[in-house]
Amino acid sequence: MLEFIGLLLLFMIVASIVAIETRDLLAAVISLTAVGFGVIIAFFYMRAPDVAVVPIVVEVLVLVILIRSTLRVGLKTFIGNRDLFGMIVTVAMLAVVFLAGIRVFSFFPTFGEPVITRIPDAPSRIYLENGLKDTGAANIVTAVLLDYRGYDTLGEATVLFTAVMGAIAVIRKKARKKPSEPEVPEWGE
Amino acid sequence: MANKGMTPIVKVISDWVKSFIMLFGIYIVLFGHLTPGGGFAGGVIIAMVYVLITLAHGKEEALRRMRMGVAAELDSVGALMFLIIALLGVSAGFGGRFFANYIHRLNPGKEFSLFSAGTIPLYNIAIALKVATSLFLVFILLVLLKVIHGPEGEA
Repeated sequence: MLEFIGLLLLFMIVASIVAIETRDLLAAVISLTAVGFGVIIAFFYMRAPDVAVVPIVVEVLVLVILIRSTLRVGLKTFIGNRDLFGMIVTVAMLAVVFLAGIRVFSFFPTFGEPVITRIPDAPSRIYLENGLKDTGAANIVTAVLLDYRGYDTLGEATVLFTAVMGAIAVIRKKARKKPSEPEVPEWGE
Repeated sequence: MANKGMTPIVKVISDWVKSFIMLFGIYIVLFGHLTPGGGFAGGVIIAMVYVLITLAHGKEEALRRMRMGVAAELDSVGALMFLIIALLGVSAGFGGRFFANYIHRLNPGKEFSLFSAGTIPLYNIAIALKVATSLFLVFILLVLLKVIHGPEGEA
């Protein structure tokens, strides 16, 4: 069980290194999607289909978007020398995150053991016991997402709305400003 | 127009398949409170129908079926629907809380049936509307995007 997850993690690490290091944009996009599908297989393996369904469709959509609309434009890859200071900072940050991760993982319950066996009054116990009675939803994940934790979903919808609004504002057909106008913006029409 | 998009094989197959993809997306949305899935996953699947049309037939055909203005309006309608259903819960007769599940409290349906769980299916429909049109808009914007190397631009 754990060996399979470890193998999957190794595959994902290799794919992400390929995605970063390759010079070919198409290969990078495909490696990125391979990482995503590794995560999806891990979710299915841990019996979380509700979590896995969304990444599947989003992965496919992102792959299509990246290939169809980004690669076609003919963006160039940027090859430059690596900044030594930036590299040192990156390595230091990664080390800190790694050490903190080891410390955090020592608090985790063993694999496959739910958190409510260790913390008896965790919220997940309330959701599992009262979810059907409180909300009437047979799918407990939806009950949590749209009833107990409705604010999270509202925030997610707001983020998507804002992102699309920003995209429409930036990628528009007609420029607001004529090329002959001065650079300084004039407020108040 | 005839030369837009991919080969006739892809066009015919995508014409056959697209209704089933749409049906599957609607199923994922409507049964989100019973089976894995929900508004977000179903909305992305519905958006994929239009992505498929764009890929197979070209962007003109997709924009003929779903104009950008209509998509933007549906996007806002989804967001407003979500907020209004949530805001109705604030009124005293409905529970007095934001996001209160008042329909389930006042009129609980039969468990494990399609018409159960009160406001949750309505939220799912609103989110699906929002996500489907949002992602379609993002995709079509990036397809329409052209990098124009003008005399003054370094783009």
